Amino acid sequence: MLSPQPHGISADLALVTGLKSGDQGAMAELYDRYSSVVYAVALRVLGDTGAAEDVLQEVFLQLWRKPSAFDAARGSLGSWLAVITRNRAIDSLRKRRPETDIEDIVLSVAPDLAGEAERARAAEKVRGVLGTMAPAQRSALEMAYWEGMSHSEIADKTGEPLGTVKTRIRAGLILLRKAFQG
Amino acid sequence: MSEHEQYADDLALYALDALRGEDRARVDAHLATCAACRLELEELRGDTALLALAAAGPRPPQRARKRLLDAVAREGRGADALSRTTREDVRPSRGQGGGPGWWGWLGWAATAAVVVFVLSLWRENSALRQTLVSASSQAAQSRRELEQLRRIARPILDPEAQRVTLVSTKAAPQPQGKAFYLRNRSSLVFLANNMPALPPHKAYELWLIPVSGAPIPAGVFKPDAQGSASVVNPVLPEAVEAKAFAVTVENETGAAAPTMPILMVGAGE
Repeated sequence: MLSPQPHGISADLALVTGLKSGDQGAMAELYDRYSSVVYAVALRVLGDTGAAEDVLQEVFLQLWRKPSAFDAARGSLGSWLAVITRNRAIDSLRKRRPETDIEDIVLSVAPDLAGEAERARAAEKVRGVLGTMAPAQRSALEMAYWEGMSHSEIADKTGEPLGTVKTRIRAGLILLRKAFQG
Repeated sequence: MSEHEQYADDLALYALDALRGEDRARVDAHLATCAACRLELEELRGDTALLALAAAGPRPPQRARKRLLDAVAREGRGADALSRTTREDVRPSRGQGGGPGWWGWLGWAATAAVVVFVLSLWRENSALRQTLVSASSQAAQSRRELEQLRRIARPILDPEAQRVTLVSTKAAPQPQGKAFYLRNRSSLVFLANNMPALPPHKAYELWLIPVSGAPIPAGVFKPDAQGSASVVNPVLPEAVEAKAFAVTVENETGAAAPTMPILMVGAGE
Protein backbone atom coordinates (compact mmCIF):
# COMPACT_ATOMS: atom_id res chain seq x y z
CA MET A 1 0.00 0.00 0.00
CA LEU A 2 1.52 3.34 -0.99
CA SER A 3 1.44 6.38 1.23
CA PRO A 4 -0.20 9.60 -0.05
CA GLN A 5 2.55 11.64 -1.69
CA PRO A 6 3.28 15.15 -0.49
CA HIS A 7 3.27 17.86 -3.13
CA GLY A 8 5.95 20.39 -3.77
CA ILE A 9 9.36 20.77 -5.29
CA SER A 10 11.23 18.42 -2.96
CA ALA A 11 8.74 15.65 -3.71
CA ASP A 12 9.27 16.18 -7.43
CA LEU A 13 13.03 15.93 -7.00
CA ALA A 14 12.59 12.69 -5.07
CA LEU A 15 10.49 11.28 -7.92
CA VAL A 16 13.02 12.32 -10.55
CA THR A 17 15.69 10.61 -8.46
CA GLY A 18 13.47 7.53 -8.58
CA LEU A 19 13.43 7.77 -12.39
CA LYS A 20 17.19 7.53 -12.43
CA SER A 21 16.96 4.20 -10.65
CA GLY A 22 14.46 3.02 -13.23
CA ASP A 23 11.51 3.25 -10.82
CA GLN A 24 8.43 2.90 -13.02
CA GLY A 25 6.17 3.76 -10.08
CA ALA A 26 7.85 7.18 -9.90
CA MET A 27 7.13 7.66 -13.62
CA ALA A 28 3.47 6.80 -13.07
CA GLU A 29 3.28 9.27 -10.19
CA LEU A 30 4.88 12.05 -12.25
CA TYR A 31 2.52 11.31 -15.12
CA ASP A 32 -0.48 11.51 -12.80
CA ARG A 33 0.77 14.80 -11.45
CA TYR A 34 1.61 16.58 -14.67
CA SER A 35 -0.08 14.90 -17.63
CA SER A 36 -3.00 17.34 -17.53
CA VAL A 37 -0.65 20.35 -17.75
CA VAL A 38 1.36 18.80 -20.59
CA TYR A 39 -1.70 17.66 -22.52
CA ALA A 40 -3.49 21.01 -22.13
CA VAL A 41 -0.49 22.91 -23.48
CA ALA A 42 0.02 20.50 -26.39
CA LEU A 43 -3.66 20.53 -27.28
CA ARG A 44 -3.86 24.32 -27.21
CA VAL A 45 -0.91 24.60 -29.59
CA LEU A 46 -1.82 21.77 -31.93
CA GLY A 47 -5.62 21.78 -31.75
CA ASP A 48 -5.68 18.04 -32.41
CA THR A 49 -6.12 15.38 -29.73
CA GLY A 50 -4.09 12.73 -31.56
CA ALA A 51 -1.15 15.06 -32.10
CA ALA A 52 -1.42 16.29 -28.51
CA GLU A 53 -1.31 12.70 -27.24
CA ASP A 54 1.82 12.09 -29.30
CA VAL A 55 3.54 15.11 -27.75
CA LEU A 56 2.39 13.97 -24.30
CA GLN A 57 4.00 10.58 -24.94
CA GLU A 58 7.23 12.10 -26.27
CA VAL A 59 7.66 14.54 -23.39
CA PHE A 60 7.27 11.90 -20.68
CA LEU A 61 9.34 9.32 -22.54
CA GLN A 62 12.09 11.90 -22.92
CA LEU A 63 11.97 12.52 -19.18
CA TRP A 64 12.19 8.76 -18.60
CA ARG A 65 15.23 8.41 -20.86
CA LYS A 66 17.01 11.47 -19.55
CA PRO A 67 15.88 12.33 -16.03
CA SER A 68 19.18 14.12 -15.47
CA ALA A 69 18.06 16.78 -17.96
CA PHE A 70 15.92 18.25 -15.19
CA ASP A 71 18.78 18.59 -12.68
CA ALA A 72 20.02 21.67 -14.43
CA ALA A 73 16.72 23.42 -13.96
CA ARG A 74 16.12 25.33 -10.80
CA GLY A 75 12.44 26.01 -10.56
CA SER A 76 9.63 23.51 -10.59
CA LEU A 77 9.32 20.36 -12.65
CA GLY A 78 5.80 21.33 -13.72
CA SER A 79 6.96 24.64 -15.20
CA TRP A 80 9.91 22.95 -16.88
CA LEU A 81 7.61 20.37 -18.44
CA ALA A 82 5.27 23.13 -19.60
CA VAL A 83 8.14 24.90 -21.39
CA ILE A 84 9.46 21.69 -22.97
CA THR A 85 5.97 20.68 -24.09
CA ARG A 86 5.17 24.01 -25.63
CA ASN A 87 8.49 24.05 -27.51
CA ARG A 88 8.00 20.50 -28.73
CA ALA A 89 4.43 21.21 -29.82
CA ILE A 90 5.44 24.37 -31.69
CA ASP A 91 8.25 22.47 -33.41
CA SER A 92 5.68 19.91 -34.49
CA LEU A 93 3.21 22.59 -35.57
CA ARG A 94 5.80 24.44 -37.61
CA LYS A 95 7.49 21.26 -38.84
CA ARG A 96 10.95 22.29 -37.76
CA ARG A 97 13.81 20.76 -35.84
CA PRO A 98 14.21 21.54 -32.15
CA GLU A 99 16.69 24.32 -31.56
CA THR A 100 17.54 23.66 -27.91
CA ASP A 101 18.40 20.43 -26.08
CA ILE A 102 16.15 19.82 -23.10
CA GLU A 103 19.05 19.85 -20.66
CA ASP A 104 19.80 23.40 -21.73
CA ILE A 105 16.34 24.54 -20.68
CA VAL A 106 16.88 26.20 -17.34
CA LEU A 107 14.18 28.13 -15.52
CA SER A 108 14.30 30.10 -12.34
CA VAL A 109 11.65 31.49 -10.02
CA ALA A 110 8.88 29.47 -11.66
CA PRO A 111 5.68 28.61 -9.82
CA ASP A 112 5.10 25.17 -8.35
CA LEU A 113 2.50 23.58 -10.62
CA ALA A 114 2.19 20.28 -8.80
CA GLY A 115 -1.22 20.61 -7.17
CA GLU A 116 -4.50 21.06 -9.02
CA ALA A 117 -5.59 23.74 -6.57
CA GLU A 118 -2.38 25.75 -6.99
CA ARG A 119 -2.63 25.43 -10.75
CA ALA A 120 -6.22 26.62 -10.81
CA ARG A 121 -5.36 29.65 -8.64
CA ALA A 122 -2.33 30.49 -10.77
CA ALA A 123 -4.35 30.06 -13.97
CA GLU A 124 -6.95 32.52 -12.67
CA LYS A 125 -4.23 35.04 -11.97
CA VAL A 126 -2.65 34.61 -15.40
CA ARG A 127 -6.00 35.04 -17.15
CA GLY A 128 -6.58 38.13 -15.04
CA VAL A 129 -3.27 39.68 -16.11
CA LEU A 130 -3.89 38.82 -19.76
CA GLY A 131 -7.32 40.41 -19.47
CA THR A 132 -5.87 43.73 -18.33
CA MET A 133 -3.21 43.85 -21.07
CA ALA A 134 -3.69 46.08 -24.10
CA PRO A 135 -5.19 43.90 -26.83
CA ALA A 136 -2.23 44.44 -29.18
CA GLN A 137 0.17 43.33 -26.45
CA ARG A 138 -1.87 40.31 -25.49
CA SER A 139 -2.26 39.15 -29.07
CA ALA A 140 1.47 39.60 -29.83
CA LEU A 141 2.32 37.49 -26.78
CA GLU A 142 -0.22 34.82 -27.68
CA MET A 143 0.87 34.67 -31.32
CA ALA A 144 4.44 34.15 -30.21
CA TYR A 145 3.54 31.65 -27.50
CA TRP A 146 0.70 29.56 -28.87
CA GLU A 147 1.44 29.82 -32.57
CA GLY A 148 5.22 30.00 -32.42
CA MET A 149 5.27 33.02 -34.71
CA SER A 150 8.54 34.92 -34.96
CA HIS A 151 8.58 38.63 -34.24
CA SER A 152 8.93 39.44 -37.93
CA GLU A 153 5.92 37.26 -38.77
CA ILE A 154 3.91 39.05 -36.10
CA ALA A 155 5.08 42.42 -37.43
CA ASP A 156 4.04 41.40 -40.94
CA LYS A 157 0.66 40.19 -39.75
CA THR A 158 -0.18 43.18 -37.54
CA GLY A 159 1.56 45.86 -39.58
CA GLU A 160 3.43 47.01 -36.47
CA PRO A 161 7.13 47.90 -36.49
CA LEU A 162 9.54 45.11 -35.61
CA GLY A 163 10.94 46.94 -32.59
CA THR A 164 7.45 47.57 -31.18
CA VAL A 165 6.51 43.90 -31.43
CA LYS A 166 9.69 42.83 -29.65
CA THR A 167 9.25 45.34 -26.83
CA ARG A 168 5.59 44.46 -26.37
CA ILE A 169 6.33 40.78 -25.99
CA ARG A 170 8.98 41.34 -23.38
CA ALA A 171 6.83 43.84 -21.48
CA GLY A 172 3.99 41.31 -21.45
CA LEU A 173 6.17 38.64 -19.87
CA ILE A 174 7.38 41.11 -17.25
CA LEU A 175 3.76 41.97 -16.40
CA LEU A 176 3.09 38.30 -15.75
CA ARG A 177 6.24 38.02 -13.68
CA LYS A 178 5.27 40.98 -11.50
CA ALA A 179 1.81 39.56 -10.85
CA PHE A 180 3.42 36.52 -9.27
CA GLN A 181 6.04 38.38 -7.34
CA GLY A 182 3.61 40.50 -5.34
CA MET B 1 20.52 44.86 -16.63
CA SER B 2 20.39 48.42 -18.01
CA GLU B 3 23.72 48.09 -19.82
CA HIS B 4 22.22 45.20 -21.76
CA GLU B 5 19.06 46.93 -22.98
CA GLN B 6 19.84 46.00 -26.55
CA TYR B 7 19.57 42.37 -25.58
CA ALA B 8 16.59 42.68 -23.24
CA ASP B 9 13.91 42.30 -25.92
CA ASP B 10 15.84 39.62 -27.77
CA LEU B 11 16.11 37.56 -24.61
CA ALA B 12 12.32 37.49 -24.32
CA LEU B 13 12.08 36.19 -27.87
CA TYR B 14 14.83 33.69 -27.14
CA ALA B 15 12.89 32.44 -24.12
CA LEU B 16 9.88 31.96 -26.37
CA ASP B 17 12.07 29.98 -28.77
CA ALA B 18 11.17 32.63 -31.36
CA LEU B 19 14.69 33.76 -32.15
CA ARG B 20 16.39 31.82 -34.91
CA GLY B 21 19.28 31.98 -37.35
CA GLU B 22 21.67 34.90 -37.17
CA ASP B 23 19.74 36.76 -34.50
CA ARG B 24 19.91 33.72 -32.27
CA ALA B 25 23.60 33.17 -32.97
CA ARG B 26 24.30 36.76 -31.97
CA VAL B 27 22.49 36.36 -28.66
CA ASP B 28 24.17 32.96 -28.07
CA ALA B 29 27.56 34.64 -28.43
CA HIS B 30 26.58 37.29 -25.89
CA LEU B 31 25.10 34.74 -23.45
CA ALA B 32 28.34 32.79 -23.49
CA THR B 33 30.05 35.75 -21.77
CA CYS B 34 27.27 37.34 -19.75
CA ALA B 35 25.95 35.73 -16.57
CA ALA B 36 23.45 38.54 -15.95
CA CYS B 37 21.75 37.88 -19.28
CA ARG B 38 21.81 34.13 -18.73
CA LEU B 39 19.99 34.69 -15.46
CA GLU B 40 17.49 37.01 -17.12
CA LEU B 41 16.87 34.36 -19.79
CA GLU B 42 16.15 31.79 -17.10
CA GLU B 43 13.68 34.12 -15.43
CA LEU B 44 11.99 34.86 -18.74
CA ARG B 45 11.64 31.13 -19.39
CA GLY B 46 9.96 30.84 -16.01
CA ASP B 47 7.62 33.65 -17.02
CA THR B 48 6.69 31.81 -20.22
CA ALA B 49 5.70 28.82 -18.12
CA LEU B 50 3.04 31.06 -16.58
CA LEU B 51 1.42 31.45 -19.99
CA ALA B 52 1.07 27.68 -20.14
CA LEU B 53 -1.33 27.90 -17.23
CA ALA B 54 -3.81 29.81 -19.36
CA ALA B 55 -4.39 26.59 -21.28
CA ALA B 56 -7.35 24.83 -19.75
CA GLY B 57 -8.71 21.75 -21.39
CA PRO B 58 -9.85 18.17 -21.07
CA ARG B 59 -7.66 15.63 -19.35
CA PRO B 60 -5.77 13.24 -21.55
CA PRO B 61 -7.57 9.96 -22.27
CA GLN B 62 -6.83 6.97 -20.02
CA ARG B 63 -5.31 5.05 -22.92
CA ALA B 64 -2.49 7.64 -23.05
CA ARG B 65 -1.41 6.66 -19.54
CA LYS B 66 -1.34 2.98 -20.43
CA ARG B 67 0.51 3.72 -23.66
CA LEU B 68 3.21 5.65 -21.80
CA LEU B 69 3.67 3.14 -18.98
CA ASP B 70 3.78 0.24 -21.45
CA ALA B 71 6.48 2.07 -23.41
CA VAL B 72 8.39 2.80 -20.20
CA ALA B 73 8.18 -0.86 -19.18
CA ARG B 74 9.36 -1.98 -22.61
CA GLU B 75 12.26 0.44 -22.76
CA GLY B 76 13.75 -0.24 -19.36
CA ARG B 77 17.02 1.63 -18.92
CA GLY B 78 20.44 1.74 -20.45
CA ALA B 79 20.97 0.29 -23.88
CA ASP B 80 17.87 1.73 -25.47
CA ALA B 81 18.72 5.28 -24.46
CA LEU B 82 22.33 4.72 -25.45
CA SER B 83 21.46 3.29 -28.85
CA ARG B 84 19.07 6.12 -29.69
CA THR B 85 21.66 8.76 -28.82
CA THR B 86 24.39 6.90 -30.67
CA ARG B 87 22.37 6.63 -33.86
CA GLU B 88 21.48 10.31 -33.77
CA ASP B 89 25.05 11.45 -33.17
CA VAL B 90 26.42 9.36 -36.01
CA ARG B 91 23.81 10.24 -38.62
CA PRO B 92 25.30 12.77 -41.08
CA SER B 93 23.52 16.11 -41.06
CA ARG B 94 21.05 16.79 -43.78
CA GLY B 95 21.50 19.20 -46.60
CA GLN B 96 25.15 18.60 -47.32
CA GLY B 97 26.80 17.01 -50.31
CA GLY B 98 25.37 17.21 -53.76
CA GLY B 99 25.43 15.38 -57.04
CA PRO B 100 28.29 13.27 -58.34
CA GLY B 101 30.18 16.23 -59.73
CA TRP B 102 31.18 17.97 -56.51
CA TRP B 103 34.44 16.11 -55.79
CA GLY B 104 36.14 17.74 -58.74
CA TRP B 105 34.72 21.16 -57.91
CA LEU B 106 36.20 21.04 -54.43
CA GLY B 107 39.77 20.54 -55.56
CA TRP B 108 42.18 17.82 -54.50
CA ALA B 109 43.33 19.30 -51.19
CA ALA B 110 39.85 19.88 -49.93
CA THR B 111 38.80 16.45 -51.13
CA ALA B 112 41.66 14.84 -49.27
CA ALA B 113 40.62 16.69 -46.12
CA VAL B 114 37.06 15.47 -46.54
CA VAL B 115 38.24 11.90 -47.06
CA VAL B 116 40.35 12.02 -43.88
CA PHE B 117 37.38 13.41 -41.98
CA VAL B 118 35.04 10.73 -43.27
CA LEU B 119 37.56 8.01 -42.34
CA SER B 120 37.81 9.34 -38.79
CA LEU B 121 34.02 9.36 -38.55
CA TRP B 122 33.95 5.79 -39.81
CA ARG B 123 36.45 4.72 -37.17
CA GLU B 124 34.46 6.49 -34.48
CA ASN B 125 31.33 4.80 -35.77
CA SER B 126 32.95 1.35 -35.48
CA ALA B 127 34.09 2.08 -31.94
CA LEU B 128 30.62 3.28 -31.02
CA ARG B 129 29.04 0.18 -32.53
CA GLN B 130 31.26 -2.02 -30.37
CA THR B 131 30.25 -0.06 -27.27
CA LEU B 132 26.66 -0.51 -28.32
CA VAL B 133 27.01 -4.28 -28.65
CA SER B 134 28.49 -4.66 -25.16
CA ALA B 135 25.90 -2.29 -23.70
CA SER B 136 23.13 -4.35 -25.33
CA SER B 137 24.35 -7.56 -23.75
CA GLN B 138 24.64 -5.81 -20.38
CA ALA B 139 21.06 -4.65 -20.78
CA ALA B 140 19.92 -8.19 -21.55
CA GLN B 141 21.67 -9.36 -18.38
CA SER B 142 20.00 -6.57 -16.37
CA ARG B 143 16.61 -7.56 -17.74
CA ARG B 144 17.17 -11.16 -16.64
CA GLU B 145 18.14 -10.01 -13.17
CA LEU B 146 15.14 -7.72 -12.98
CA GLU B 147 12.81 -10.56 -13.93
CA GLN B 148 14.36 -12.69 -11.24
CA LEU B 149 13.87 -9.96 -8.65
CA ARG B 150 10.27 -9.51 -9.74
CA ARG B 151 9.64 -13.18 -9.18
CA ILE B 152 10.97 -12.91 -5.66
CA ALA B 153 9.07 -9.73 -4.90
CA ARG B 154 5.70 -10.90 -6.18
CA PRO B 155 4.62 -13.21 -3.38
CA ILE B 156 5.80 -10.67 -0.84
CA LEU B 157 3.99 -7.69 -2.29
CA ASP B 158 0.99 -9.06 -4.16
CA PRO B 159 -2.21 -8.34 -2.18
CA GLU B 160 -3.59 -11.71 -3.40
CA ALA B 161 -0.80 -13.64 -1.78
CA GLN B 162 -1.53 -15.68 1.29
CA ARG B 163 0.34 -14.44 4.31
CA VAL B 164 1.09 -16.74 7.17
CA THR B 165 2.91 -15.77 10.31
CA LEU B 166 4.39 -18.61 12.29
CA VAL B 167 4.82 -18.10 15.97
CA SER B 168 5.80 -20.30 18.83
CA THR B 169 2.80 -22.50 19.63
CA LYS B 170 2.76 -21.12 23.14
CA ALA B 171 2.22 -17.45 22.11
CA ALA B 172 -0.70 -15.65 20.44
CA PRO B 173 0.08 -13.79 17.15
CA GLN B 174 1.50 -10.34 17.90
CA PRO B 175 1.64 -7.30 15.65
CA GLN B 176 4.94 -7.39 13.85
CA GLY B 177 6.65 -5.51 11.10
CA LYS B 178 9.78 -5.86 9.03
CA ALA B 179 11.50 -2.96 7.32
CA PHE B 180 13.97 -3.42 4.45
CA TYR B 181 15.89 -0.22 3.84
CA LEU B 182 18.53 0.53 1.21
CA ARG B 183 20.02 3.79 2.35
CA ASN B 184 22.04 4.68 -0.73
CA ARG B 185 18.95 4.33 -2.92
CA SER B 186 16.51 5.82 -0.39
CA SER B 187 14.52 2.66 -1.00
CA LEU B 188 12.27 1.19 1.68
CA VAL B 189 9.92 -1.78 1.83
CA PHE B 190 7.94 -2.37 5.00
CA LEU B 191 5.74 -5.41 5.67
CA ALA B 192 3.45 -5.80 8.67
CA ASN B 193 1.36 -8.65 10.06
CA ASN B 194 -1.30 -9.02 12.74
CA MET B 195 -1.98 -5.30 12.89
CA PRO B 196 -5.20 -4.57 14.77
CA ALA B 197 -7.96 -2.86 12.78
CA LEU B 198 -8.23 0.87 13.40
CA PRO B 199 -11.16 3.18 14.08
CA PRO B 200 -12.39 5.15 11.05
CA HIS B 201 -10.18 8.10 9.94
CA LYS B 202 -7.17 6.66 11.68
CA ALA B 203 -4.17 4.99 10.14
CA TYR B 204 -0.77 3.67 11.10
CA GLU B 205 2.23 5.73 10.20
CA LEU B 206 5.75 4.42 9.70
CA TRP B 207 8.68 6.55 10.84
CA LEU B 208 12.34 6.42 9.97
CA ILE B 209 14.31 7.43 13.07
CA PRO B 210 17.54 8.97 11.83
CA VAL B 211 20.84 8.92 13.69
CA SER B 212 20.31 12.61 14.37
CA GLY B 213 17.28 14.82 13.89
CA ALA B 214 13.53 14.36 14.11
CA PRO B 215 11.68 11.22 13.01
CA ILE B 216 10.96 11.25 9.26
CA PRO B 217 7.52 10.25 7.96
CA ALA B 218 7.89 7.09 5.89
CA GLY B 219 4.39 6.19 4.83
CA VAL B 220 0.83 5.89 6.06
CA PHE B 221 -0.91 2.50 5.90
CA LYS B 222 -4.01 0.64 6.97
CA PRO B 223 -4.14 -3.12 7.48
CA ASP B 224 -6.33 -5.33 5.34
CA ALA B 225 -8.92 -7.72 6.78
CA GLN B 226 -6.18 -10.17 7.71
CA GLY B 227 -4.15 -7.53 9.54
CA SER B 228 -1.44 -7.32 6.87
CA ALA B 229 -0.08 -4.14 5.34
CA SER B 230 2.87 -2.94 3.32
CA VAL B 231 4.56 0.30 2.44
CA VAL B 232 6.67 0.33 -0.71
CA ASN B 233 9.16 3.04 -1.58
CA PRO B 234 7.67 6.05 0.16
CA VAL B 235 9.26 9.40 -0.70
CA LEU B 236 12.27 9.84 1.59
CA PRO B 237 15.08 12.37 1.80
CA GLU B 238 18.24 11.07 0.18
CA ALA B 239 20.60 8.66 1.89
CA VAL B 240 19.47 9.14 5.48
CA GLU B 241 21.10 6.78 7.94
CA ALA B 242 18.41 4.98 9.94
CA LYS B 243 18.93 4.21 13.58
CA ALA B 244 15.50 2.63 13.91
CA PHE B 245 11.98 2.42 12.52
CA ALA B 246 8.78 2.94 14.46
CA VAL B 247 5.01 2.84 14.01
CA THR B 248 2.39 5.09 15.63
CA VAL B 249 -1.31 5.66 15.15
CA GLU B 250 -2.23 8.95 13.46
CA ASN B 251 -5.11 10.54 11.61
CA GLU B 252 -5.42 8.96 8.19
CA THR B 253 -3.94 12.00 6.43
CA GLY B 254 -0.69 11.35 8.30
CA ALA B 255 1.24 13.57 10.68
CA ALA B 256 4.48 15.51 10.47
CA ALA B 257 5.63 14.29 13.89
CA PRO B 258 4.81 11.09 15.75
CA THR B 259 1.96 11.06 18.26
CA MET B 260 2.77 9.10 21.38
CA PRO B 261 2.59 6.23 22.26
CA ILE B 262 4.95 4.41 19.93
CA LEU B 263 3.27 1.14 19.02
CA MET B 264 6.14 -0.71 17.42
CA VAL B 265 9.83 -0.02 17.16
CA GLY B 266 12.88 -1.84 15.93
CA ALA B 267 16.55 -1.14 15.37
CA GLY B 268 18.79 -2.74 12.74
CA GLU B 269 19.58 -6.45 12.87
